[in-house]
Amino acid sequence: MSLDRSDVESIAQLARLKIDDAEVPAYTQTLSNILDLVDKMQAVDTTDVEPLANPLDATQRLRADVVSEENQREQLQKVAPKAEQGLFLVPKVIE
Amino acid sequence: MLNKTVAELAKGLESGEFSSTELTQEYLTQIKSEDSKYNSFISVTEDHALAQAKAADESRAAGNTTPLTGVPIAVKDIFCTQGIKTSCGSKMLDNFEAPYESTVTEKLNAAGTVMLGKTNLDEFAMGSSCESSYYGPTKNPWALEKVPGGSSGGSAAAIAAGLAPAAIGTDTGGSIRQPASFCGITGLKPTYGRVSRWGMIAYGSSLDQGGPMTQTAEDAALVLNAMAGFDSKDSTSLDKEVPDYTAKLSEPLKGLRIGVPKEFYSEGLNSDIAATTQSAIKEIEKLGAVVKEISLPRTELSIPAYYIIAPAEASTNLSRFDGVKFGHRCEDPVDLYDMYTRTRAEGFGDEVKRRIMIGTYALSAGYYDAYYRKAQQLRRLIKDDYVKAFEEVDVIMGPTAPSLPWTIGAKENDPVSMYLEDIYTLSVNLAGLPGMSIPCGMVDGMPVGLQVIGNYFDESLLLNIGHQFQQATDWHTKRPA
Amino acid sequence: MSWEIVIGLEVHVQLNTKTKIFSGSSTQFGAEPNTQACAVDLGLPGVLPVFNEEALHKAVAFGLAIDAEIGKKSVFDRKNYFYPDLPKGYQTTQMDYPIVGVGHVDIVLDDGATKRIGVTRAHLEEDAGKSLHEDFEGFSGIDLNRAGTPLLEIVSEPDIRSAKEAVAYLKKIHSIITYLDISDGDMSQGSMRCDVNISLREKGESEFGTRTELKNLNSFKFIEKAIATEVERQAEILEDGGSITQETRLYDPDKDETRPMRSKEVANDYRYFPCPDLLPVEIDQQYIDSVSANLPELPDTKRDRFMSELDLSEYDASVLSSSKALAAYFEQIVDVCKEPKLAANWTMGELSSALNKNAVEIEDCPVPAQDMGTLILRIKDDTISGKIAKQVFFAMWEGEGTPDAIIEAKGLKQVTDTGAIEAMIDEVLAANPNQVEQYRGGQEKLMGFFVGQVMKASKGQANPGVVNKILKEKLQG
Repeated sequence: MSLDRSDVESIAQLARLKIDDAEVPAYTQTLSNILDLVDKMQAVDTTDVEPLANPLDATQRLRADVVSEENQREQLQKVAPKAEQGLFLVPKVIE
Repeated sequence: MLNKTVAELAKGLESGEFSSTELTQEYLTQIKSEDSKYNSFISVTEDHALAQAKAADESRAAGNTTPLTGVPIAVKDIFCTQGIKTSCGSKMLDNFEAPYESTVTEKLNAAGTVMLGKTNLDEFAMGSSCESSYYGPTKNPWALEKVPGGSSGGSAAAIAAGLAPAAIGTDTGGSIRQPASFCGITGLKPTYGRVSRWGMIAYGSSLDQGGPMTQTAEDAALVLNAMAGFDSKDSTSLDKEVPDYTAKLSEPLKGLRIGVPKEFYSEGLNSDIAATTQSAIKEIEKLGAVVKEISLPRTELSIPAYYIIAPAEASTNLSRFDGVKFGHRCEDPVDLYDMYTRTRAEGFGDEVKRRIMIGTYALSAGYYDAYYRKAQQLRRLIKDDYVKAFEEVDVIMGPTAPSLPWTIGAKENDPVSMYLEDIYTLSVNLAGLPGMSIPCGMVDGMPVGLQVIGNYFDESLLLNIGHQFQQATDWHTKRPA
Repeated sequence: MSWEIVIGLEVHVQLNTKTKIFSGSSTQFGAEPNTQACAVDLGLPGVLPVFNEEALHKAVAFGLAIDAEIGKKSVFDRKNYFYPDLPKGYQTTQMDYPIVGVGHVDIVLDDGATKRIGVTRAHLEEDAGKSLHEDFEGFSGIDLNRAGTPLLEIVSEPDIRSAKEAVAYLKKIHSIITYLDISDGDMSQGSMRCDVNISLREKGESEFGTRTELKNLNSFKFIEKAIATEVERQAEILEDGGSITQETRLYDPDKDETRPMRSKEVANDYRYFPCPDLLPVEIDQQYIDSVSANLPELPDTKRDRFMSELDLSEYDASVLSSSKALAAYFEQIVDVCKEPKLAANWTMGELSSALNKNAVEIEDCPVPAQDMGTLILRIKDDTISGKIAKQVFFAMWEGEGTPDAIIEAKGLKQVTDTGAIEAMIDEVLAANPNQVEQYRGGQEKLMGFFVGQVMKASKGQANPGVVNKILKEKLQG
């Protein structure tokens, strides 16, 4: 499987990564190489094989509906890039 | 005091030969004078360590001890430590002081250990060489121009260099075992779910597992005792009783059934590594074990399966690094999209970006079935191979890695060649099994590791084998000049 | 051309659990920004989700209430997209294995007919935070208190054919969730929100037309108006030979128009996949049976019971069972007065019109149901007439006290003393000799006139039965 320039650009857009034009050829090449490597699995017949998401096939445990977290805003917002009046600030959101 | 094992240090602390404060000071001094050669630490937490050491000495004086009270330990900088920089080797988190504590470090704190600092790693644990860190590569203490392995390369190098008696690592595709092999130490990846992932920054959530990196199997047992256990904050944590991992160390290996997969000794393996690991297996045979050849036919397929599943999970695990709530944000974003794309482009290094992009692609519409679903199907087949193998044998052995440590920079622009180096370790994570690497010989002046893979929850058996081997051999005592 | 409207609804219901779906933060509405957003809700590095058992319980209860298949194995998936109110860059939701499968809801149409609307599925997911657009010098503020609140997204089949049906369906969903007490259903606080998929097709056509989606509507009134507006817009385009663009639109109630959402212009690829931090949720038949055994009475059952036990008409029973609060109010009245029909008439008559007139919800009704019951008792035991009762009711509404206190204070007690009534009748007959003559000459409809005069003379307090009886005797005499 080899990718072209526009594939790389659209993947980067989906992943919200700014890629300079000059970097695109290198990404195109290495990502295509990686896909060549993984494409070996296409040769295996996996008909009727149930995908394995958790190695132990475990099931979900449930949590009691009890409030355990108190207000930690001050502590948590210490690491925020930009916060004011208790809000995280981001460039204007347009709906 | 340096170059003692955890077990020996525990004895010295117990007998009053030295205090934790003296011991900690000794290590801190050593790190300060020596680590510039290795770059194994990202942060040295001196004040914090001395405070913990003082507290440990006080609680010992009060008669309040655990087997690890006062023992210094280094922690991979992927575990959140409250109020202490937790970088994950990334510019993205260069300014991040975690506002909460990981379960693993909380348990270590409760056991009275002293954290010397946070060790270097491949950025977000994505790598097999410890070169992709924002803080520069860690160097292999056996040969400074070589990689220490990765991603827990800082932890492995710190132990090999005598800068820490033990360390904590994480293993998603071999990240404890391979650097342990490259640096000549013991490293154990427990069964998936045995050690809590709470506060351990996620790479591949269904594969990640924390574990001990030590000088001996006995030490690994001591440290794992403090780390393992059920955690209600982690849905994937196992609610299963944790044994005392030191209890079976001394059991004889008579009758132990060892399987050696023929696929682990095929094309691509360095022939000296093949010979070294085979003679180590012979050594264990002499201790009473029975060896038979087995087959793990999908070994090679673990590379494609892993290099889809891990990046896919990573691609979404890393979406939270968006410049909104914590971590790096680009300067003066013009709008939201600009903030996202520049923040992430600046904050992440090349290998992280590559894996995010591969993962994004593998999950995208039209490709999901061919990549992600297919990889998860292969994952089941790979697990099934192991389950079948363990019907006939108790453990599986072979090399930890196919090659010796390579020169720093050699594979920089060729990620695929680096991925191929993970061939023997990946399937263990895909299946969720416990795996261990122990030093078993030297080739060209570099250490070689023997990988021992156990059935689910058989950590005790792995440690027992490691300990017995280390009683009969002295490879684990070798240190770089 | 004649168009058929095709509507499918996605209703988001906030479940009224104490804590979030995957964290121990409180879900209480109205807290200071980000004071109910813990490390998990913020998606800090290394945090992990654990599923809230109450969210599961409530979702299963809903499934059983709409007669749906319950997913014995349901799976949480990640829906990936970047948005500032989505802290992890993905929403945890359920894609291929929802907790609730195919079910249905019955609605009553204007002509009294019942229509069955299919429910495709209902799945659990986490709510997002809120972006506040007040000006922070070119920035938006993000409040993540709401992030992680459990949502049940209920997806209907495209079975709905008009704005009215859409509203009827939503009201029915609202009634079910409040009966079950799985949500407060408060639309003004966003506890129930709705996305509407609308398309038009020529009458008789079997293929669906291209649809648009109207997002985040949160009042019955707006929903009806928004649908009408969008239907009109689509019809105009189609009439002119144009085609509809598949897109997400926002309804602007001020301008009464819909416009495309700018932020969703870039086609998204959500890259759903099973969340590796959460494991499949498995429940057994025993669990389902225990939820089923503890379900409260639901609107349709209540309606049927009102008809069979209380002998109400289907219309009355439907209206009175439509809202849990209204039904509870009505049932309390009946408990006191044992007069279901009178209770129904009063609840749907004077009480409802007073509520409407004053824009008060039944939950905030100033008149306690107990007092309404007493009022009806006073009619029944002839203490007051129905007409006087209205006067008493208005005084009750104004907060003047219990019915008995009001009757006492205002001296409204009915006069049943035959002597006093006879005297009043004699006076009336004496004052109207012509009418007496006409009545006796055969114009018996003048009876009403005499009754009216006597009632007037008694200020309405004479017992009408007694008045009638004595009047008849005297006039025939």
